[in-house]
Amino acid sequence: MAILADKNTRLIVQGITGREGDFHARQMHAYSPGILVGGVTPGKGGMKTDYGVPVFDTVGQAVRAVGADTSVIYVPARFAPDAIMEAADAGIKLIVCITEGIPVQDMIRVRAYLDARGTTLIGPNCPGLITPGQAKIGIIPYNIVMPGNVGLVSRSGTLTYEVIHALTQNGMGQSTCVGIGGDPVHGLDFIDVIKLFNEDPQTEKIVMIGEIGGSDEERAAAYIRDHVKKPVAGFIAGRAAPPGKRMGHAGAIIEGGMGTAAGKVAAMQAAGIRVADLPTQIPELLRP
Amino acid sequence: MKLHEYQSKQIFGRHGVPVPQGIVAETPQAARQAAEQIGLPVVIKSQVLVGGRGKAGGVKVARTLDEVEAKTRDILNLTIKGLPVRRVLVDPAADIRGEIYLGIVIDRVSRRAVMMTSAAGGVDIEEVAATTPEKIVRTPIDPFVGLPDYLARDVAAQIDLPRELWPNFINIARGLAAAFAANDASLAEINPLAVVGRAGGLPDTLMALDGKMVIDDNAIFRHPDLATLRDPDEDSEAEKKARASDLSYISLDGEIGCMVNGAGLAMATMDIIQYYGGQPANFLDVGGGAKADKVAAALRIILSDPKVKVVLFNIFGGITRCDEVARGIVTALQEVKPQAPMVARLVGTNQEEGNRILAEARMITADSLAEAAQKAVALSR
Repeated sequence: MAILADKNTRLIVQGITGREGDFHARQMHAYSPGILVGGVTPGKGGMKTDYGVPVFDTVGQAVRAVGADTSVIYVPARFAPDAIMEAADAGIKLIVCITEGIPVQDMIRVRAYLDARGTTLIGPNCPGLITPGQAKIGIIPYNIVMPGNVGLVSRSGTLTYEVIHALTQNGMGQSTCVGIGGDPVHGLDFIDVIKLFNEDPQTEKIVMIGEIGGSDEERAAAYIRDHVKKPVAGFIAGRAAPPGKRMGHAGAIIEGGMGTAAGKVAAMQAAGIRVADLPTQIPELLRP
Repeated sequence: MKLHEYQSKQIFGRHGVPVPQGIVAETPQAARQAAEQIGLPVVIKSQVLVGGRGKAGGVKVARTLDEVEAKTRDILNLTIKGLPVRRVLVDPAADIRGEIYLGIVIDRVSRRAVMMTSAAGGVDIEEVAATTPEKIVRTPIDPFVGLPDYLARDVAAQIDLPRELWPNFINIARGLAAAFAANDASLAEINPLAVVGRAGGLPDTLMALDGKMVIDDNAIFRHPDLATLRDPDEDSEAEKKARASDLSYISLDGEIGCMVNGAGLAMATMDIIQYYGGQPANFLDVGGGAKADKVAAALRIILSDPKVKVVLFNIFGGITRCDEVARGIVTALQEVKPQAPMVARLVGTNQEEGNRILAEARMITADSLAEAAQKAVALSR
C-alpha cells in the first residue's frame, strides 16, 4: 500500500515531447517503466518515443487506447489550464501539474471545473509525487528515495528533496512523498494528503514541510490534533524572511502579520507535532 | 505588480466606477496648471507604491494656486518609506460625508475572489479585520458568473447604506469586480469609497477617492498594456537585474550572500544561517540545474551588494550531475572573479567529483548544509 500512486498506476505525460517533458518522462520511465503507458502532444499523435512509449494527440485518445487514469503535466503556463481541464474531461482521476507560473484566476476556474467532476489535482508548481519502488510521477529525484513507512507532504521542491535525503541517509524509507506546491490556489492541500496517510496502513509516521504564507499549516495542525494518532514531525521554512517580501513561491509572503513562521510553528507544536529547527533534524524527531 | 493610485483609478473609471477627474503632475508648475483646470480647492496626492502616504505628509489639501505650487514642491521632495515621490495626482477636493471600504482579493481557503465591504472605510482595513471582523462583509465571487446585482444589493443592505445609494453601489461593486477579472488582478481596492455631497441641492453620490490594484505577475503576458505601467521604483536595481535574468532575488540586511536552487530551500538556507548566528544578505532562487550563465548573473547580483562578506552556495542537484553544476559554477567564477570567499555544498549524482572541481577552484566545500552554514557564518565575522 501507499497513497495516490503505486505499481498499478496507468500514467500519461502531457507535453511528453517538450524539453522538460521529454527529460522527465525518461526519468519516470527509467524508475518505473511499468506505469508509463503513454504521452500526449497535440499534432504528434501516432509516433512512439525512442524508449517505446506511444504518443497521442489528445488525452481522450490516450484514455481510450491505453486506459490512462493518471496524468502528469509539463506544458507551458499559458497552455496548462487547458491541459488540466482536458485531462479531467477525459476522465483522468489524478492530475499532477508540474508547470509553474499559471495565473491565479485561471487556477480558480480550473479548480472549480475539477471539483465539479470529482477529479483530484496535485499542484500546480509542484514537484509531484513518488511512491518509492513503485511509481515516480513528476520531478522528485529517484536516487534519494527508499521504500519504507514514512509519509511526507510538502509545499516546497528542493527543500522536500533535502528532507527525503536526510530520511534515507538515516535508514528511514518512505511510503509516498507528495509535493503539493506553493501556489495560492492549488489541488490537494496538507489536510487531504495527511488524511490519506492517516488511513494508509503502510504509513506509520508523517512528515509535513511547510513554509510562510497563508494558513494551510495552521489548519492542518488543527486536523492532526483532532484526527491523527500517528507521530508527526514538521519544519517551516521562512523564519528569517521579512514581512511583505514574496519569497519565490506565489504563496510565500507574510501579509498583515498573517502566515508567519512563528505562528505556524506554535500551531503545530500545540497540536503535538514535533517541529525541527533545521530540516535535517527531522529523522531524529521521528525516532521514538 | 503594483499599480499607482492614478493608474488604478483610470482602470476603475473604464469599468464604470465614478472617480474624480484628476490630473497627474511631475512639477509644481504642472500641478498649478492642473488646479487651474480642475478648480480649487484640490487635493495633492503623492504617487508612490506604499501605504501610509497621508501620515508621511504625502497628501495635502490646497486652497490657492500658490499653495498648490508650494505644497506640490514639498511633496515632490519627500521620500516615503524609501521611495522617492516622482509625481503627484491633483484631484478636486470632495465634500466627504461617509467612507466605505470596498476591496476584492484572492481568498486561498475558499479558492475564490472575495469582495470585502465595510462601513468602517477610510482606515486600515487589516486593523478592522483584526479587531472587529464582524464589520467586514465577505462575498465570494463565482468564477464563472461574476458578481450578480442581488449579491451587491445584499451587501449594500448589510452595511446599512441609504437606499438612494444602492443603484450607485451596485454599479460600483460590479465595475470593480469586472476590473478585477479583466485585468488579472490579485487585489483591487477602493478605500475610501466616499459618500460625497454635491452642490446645487443634488443628492449625495458615491465616488472612488482612492484606488489600488495589484496585478498577478504570472498573467502579465496577456496584458501588454499593463506591462508598460510597471514603476521601476517598485524594485531595487539588483531586483530589476534579477528579473531580467529570470532569477528570484530579494535583498536583505545581512552579510552572507545566498545562492540556492529552489524557493523553499532558499528560505530554509536563510533560516539555517540565522540559526547559527549569521544574517543572510539575500534570498535568491537560481532555478533548476544551476546553469553557468544563470549562476554568473546571480553571482554578479549578490556581489553588487557591498554588505556581502561571503557567499554560500547550496545546490540540491538530485538527478542533475554535480560535476556539471560545479563546472558551471567555476565558469561563472572565472567570469565574475569575486574577492569574497565562497562556500559550497552540492548534493546529487557525482557529488564527490563536483566537490573536487570546486575545491580546485579554491572554493570551500562542505558535506552538509549545517557544516556549510557554520563555515559561512565564521567567515562573515
